[in-house]
Amino acid sequence: MVLWGISTIVFVVMRLSGDPIVLILPPDAPTAEVFRVRREMGLDQPLWVQYLVFLRNAVRGDFGQSIHFRQPAFAVALERIPATLQLAVTAFALAVMVAVPVGILAAVRRYTLYDHLGMLLALLGQSVPTFFLGILLLLVFAVWFPLLPIGGTGTPAHLVMPAVTLGAFAMASIARLTRSAMLEVLSQDYVRTARAKGLREATVVLRHGFRNALIPVVTIMGLQFGTLLGGAVVTETIFAWPGIGRLAIQSIFNRDYPVVQATVFLAAVAFVAVNLAVDVLYAVLDPRIRYE
Amino acid sequence: MGTERAVRAGLLLPRRPARRRVARVPLPVAFFICFLVALVLSAVLADYLVPADPYRQSLRGRLDAPFWLGGTTGAILGTDQLGRDILSRILFGSRISLLVGFTAVMIGGLLGSLLGLVAGYAGRVADEIIMTVADIQLAFPLVLLAIAIVAVLGPSLENLILVVGLSGWVTYARIARAQVMSLKQKEFIEAVRALGGSDLRILFRHLLPNTLSPLIVVATLDLARTIVLESTLSFLGLGVQPPTPSWGQMIGEGREYLIIGRWWVSVFPGIVLMLTTMAVNRIGDWVRDVLDPTLRNV
Repeated sequence: MVLWGISTIVFVVMRLSGDPIVLILPPDAPTAEVFRVRREMGLDQPLWVQYLVFLRNAVRGDFGQSIHFRQPAFAVALERIPATLQLAVTAFALAVMVAVPVGILAAVRRYTLYDHLGMLLALLGQSVPTFFLGILLLLVFAVWFPLLPIGGTGTPAHLVMPAVTLGAFAMASIARLTRSAMLEVLSQDYVRTARAKGLREATVVLRHGFRNALIPVVTIMGLQFGTLLGGAVVTETIFAWPGIGRLAIQSIFNRDYPVVQATVFLAAVAFVAVNLAVDVLYAVLDPRIRYE
Repeated sequence: MGTERAVRAGLLLPRRPARRRVARVPLPVAFFICFLVALVLSAVLADYLVPADPYRQSLRGRLDAPFWLGGTTGAILGTDQLGRDILSRILFGSRISLLVGFTAVMIGGLLGSLLGLVAGYAGRVADEIIMTVADIQLAFPLVLLAIAIVAVLGPSLENLILVVGLSGWVTYARIARAQVMSLKQKEFIEAVRALGGSDLRILFRHLLPNTLSPLIVVATLDLARTIVLESTLSFLGLGVQPPTPSWGQMIGEGREYLIIGRWWVSVFPGIVLMLTTMAVNRIGDWVRDVLDPTLRNV
């Protein structure tokens, strides 16, 4: 359903922008040639026929030939997936690994220096626009102190700046949410009971506290992963990372509609898949949640 | 006069003296409020405040450093690749950021609240349709959608406002809908209906005022998002077109000169942008804590 809606929007937006023929053929192409290409691409059919054909093909993963690469658009987009996945997963893992401990610590040591410092950093991370963070990192670690490569891929060193840039926002949101969820859980009666039983503080905080704070934390993680895919567009552009986000931008500027459609479709599929995974995780985390 | 009699007869509760909820403004919040006020003032008064004409180019004064780093033109924050005064361009650029940010929040807020009220009140069919559209939009990488639309419609101030505005309605719609759904079962709504109040009256006189405080909280936090989205689009070259300055565009143009060490072209507008979003976020958090502490995860 959601995928259908997205395909439709993409179709409408792309057709709003005028005749793709203009881009394929030179302006002085003979009229017969224009008609031939038009027929070949199905552009001579009424719009609703084009739409149905588009939907039928989209289901099969067929978005037509890329105008720029002269290859099937879906294959062009698919080829870029591993790079984006690598970047997104690294960024996300980094975000979770930093954010969750910071959030827990801030909640446990509420109103101490840890809490204030952690939350100040979170506010910073949430406020600095992705592209500006990328530029600051570039300036400091590639220009002033040339420790890391400016862009491209290859070594793990290439991954550092893009991953930090991309993960910062998610990191900040997850840290803040972990803190507030933990604060709520830690004030519950069963936490007091656990303490009264004489359990070790670490057990109380992690087993009784954190496990129960996980549901909202996992929810925001799912949402943040979607935002991450959007952030990939900017990050990949800045660091010349050969992923699907950069491909999308280039294709929009090249007016390579089949590729734009394929990239957007793939991004939406990824988002839907992540949210499905989140729903499954709920059931794992909270035995009370069951799906029919 | 009638009120007092009704109270005495036990029909109305006596009005309690309103408790003062906003007792103290935390220091960082006060600082950020001052910053935002100064920013708005400088956007309005930019014509009188700027040290130099933000459009005047100077071939000899290109990429000149800030004065404390040995700049020769005396420009306080240095000059850009066309020799234009960066401080003046930042001041003028604040107009675009604030204009797009505020109008976009208004567009998204009005549209979203309205659709949310309808979805929550009008029954299953309307609710299903509106919420499905919302889900579809949420599944879409927003930056990509905005970029695609601006690229197709052509970059201009109007399109920028439209795209950024339409991008944010879902949050408002969800909050308004949830609020209406829980409120419409309450006795006071039933009372209005029993007294013959029309649907429109119920929606706008009784439900809307009661959903307002979470919506205001969302709007405050949303302002940071719209400002960032505007600057992101401008950074990618899809915002207002040169020579009109905007922060995102200045940062984007300065990117090329980072490598040769001329960092001030990008960094100063970036710092102002960052301070602005930080101010809005921090004030938004505070507004939320004061108005509606239940909205933790917005």
